[in-house]
Amino acid sequence: MSKLRYALYTGCTARESTPELLKSTLAVAKKLDIELVLLDEASCCGASHLQDFDDFLSLVLNARNICYAEKRGLDMVTICNTCQLNTAMTKHRLDSNPELKAKVNEKLEEVGLVYKGTSNVRHFLYALIEDYGLDNLRDKVVKPLSELNIAPFYGCHNIRPSELHHHFNRTKENPYNPTSLEELIEALEGNSVDYWHKNKCCGFHVDLQAPKTSNILTGNALADAYDNNADVMVTPCPLCHLNLDVKQKAATKAVGRELKLPVLHLPQLIGLALGCTPEELGLKHHVTEVPA
Amino acid sequence: MKVTFKVFRFNAETDYLPHYDTIEMDVKEDEVVLDILNRIKWEHDGSFSYRRSCRHGICGSCAVKVNGRSTLACKERMVDMIELFGNELIIEPVSKKRAVKDMVVDKADFWKKYETVKPWLEAEIDEHPSMENIIPPEEAEKLEEADYCIQCGCCYYACPVVEVNEDYLGPAAFEKAYRFTADVRDHAKKERLEIVDILGQGVWDCVKCYECAEACPKEIDPIGKITKLHNQIFEEGVAKSNVATRHAVGFKRSIKKHGILDEGDLVLYSEGFGVVKHMHEAFEMFKKGKIVLPWNMPKSKNLDEIQKLIKSSSTVKF
Repeated sequence: MSKLRYALYTGCTARESTPELLKSTLAVAKKLDIELVLLDEASCCGASHLQDFDDFLSLVLNARNICYAEKRGLDMVTICNTCQLNTAMTKHRLDSNPELKAKVNEKLEEVGLVYKGTSNVRHFLYALIEDYGLDNLRDKVVKPLSELNIAPFYGCHNIRPSELHHHFNRTKENPYNPTSLEELIEALEGNSVDYWHKNKCCGFHVDLQAPKTSNILTGNALADAYDNNADVMVTPCPLCHLNLDVKQKAATKAVGRELKLPVLHLPQLIGLALGCTPEELGLKHHVTEVPA
Repeated sequence: MKVTFKVFRFNAETDYLPHYDTIEMDVKEDEVVLDILNRIKWEHDGSFSYRRSCRHGICGSCAVKVNGRSTLACKERMVDMIELFGNELIIEPVSKKRAVKDMVVDKADFWKKYETVKPWLEAEIDEHPSMENIIPPEEAEKLEEADYCIQCGCCYYACPVVEVNEDYLGPAAFEKAYRFTADVRDHAKKERLEIVDILGQGVWDCVKCYECAEACPKEIDPIGKITKLHNQIFEEGVAKSNVATRHAVGFKRSIKKHGILDEGDLVLYSEGFGVVKHMHEAFEMFKKGKIVLPWNMPKSKNLDEIQKLIKSSSTVKF
């Protein structure tokens, strides 16, 4: 297999409130000999909130981010579900509407850029599954996760709207019964926990304006995983992670349950199986502690 | 194809709790879910209850859930359900907690919220016009097929916020509000926007999970309409300064300053004095190295480009 190279769009959270996500992504990529080129020029994707205020501005800024992947001749990978959705949605809208693409390019030309539509945009999860391959990943496992019951938590923006994601991923995930995380857990020789809330919403996007709603949705997911004997939860989305890890006390209070469940980022779980150290994976950064 | 169905059964007049009947059936290739509901009633239990009327996907009465997926029974092919979920299928009403008898649910809450947005055209129209009231095709396109909604409730009962906040109007009502706020003939645009702008019941409580878009059997994309309502609230000057609107505007403010988001500053800007309620969590995050202090805040490379684009591409003010 020739060496895989991607442009990595980190998003904001991996640079700030989840530094362990960036750290563990880079550690895993190194172990798998995947080259990740950081898109340091990129701006925030708007996280679906800028889109509520100024749709055109969000299109221009997201198109600019993709331009920098295109300039390097690389496909873009994301490590946040919401970044993935907003970037993919921008790309899909521009690629399917020449008039809109021309309007956006008119603005980008002011800073010497042009959006062509040549780079694919995928979450790291799907790049790993589709390009690296689960069999190759299985071969790299040095510390099988066979002792762990792992609850996959997908996060909304990687699986819905499915029609959009199917444009970018060869994996045609069924949003009502997604399986990619389970397959990945199996490749790491872990035990995946089946529970109803695995593809439900954590409520992150109303955390400020409707904390009660957000806390109940997060608490329901944690309680469901806990009731199905999960030792740990794993998510490909750092925004879900913030709700599930940082707000765990508030969330469990909202559903009237005493819960304490470690919530790992996807690369952290992979890194554990590949033999990365807890330091390399930034496990000390979790508010709900990860047992040694 | 042999399929095992687990069918939700409940009679509010006689049952304290629901139960599920397990029924094995041979499913034919051309059958839809409604055919199975009919066969359950005709071949297994005549008391089995469900709603159906048009059989053409336009009345919305036969909405049910199959393995958690909302669908119109008369439109959904069984072979597609089997391909998605395999040969064990669970058939349930769109809302178990609102079930009256088997698949029949009490939609009173749905209709009450639907009426809240005044789902009719408000315009002074000549009762005896000399010609049709025609709008140009480009204006009609702005409705984005919002008038195709059949009020089946699939999006509403798939919405997780509806389940936890009884005040929340939900995607169907918002979709209908947009159907009129996007209509140039309607005179009640601001009034409708004010109805959906209220925290707790309105569009700001949408969790952006896309369950509604996934569930809609008419592919109307309710969350797309919710986003359009957010945009119109700003464009029409209806937006009040509150935690939700400042949160949206705060992204532009932060991107202009740093390129990437200053998460701490965004919470402070959005919450105002309310930020004190986050202090405990902020302290926990600080202890774990999850907070970037202002003087360490990273900036995007080529920030001047981002700032130039924000200046030239912004379309809305607040």
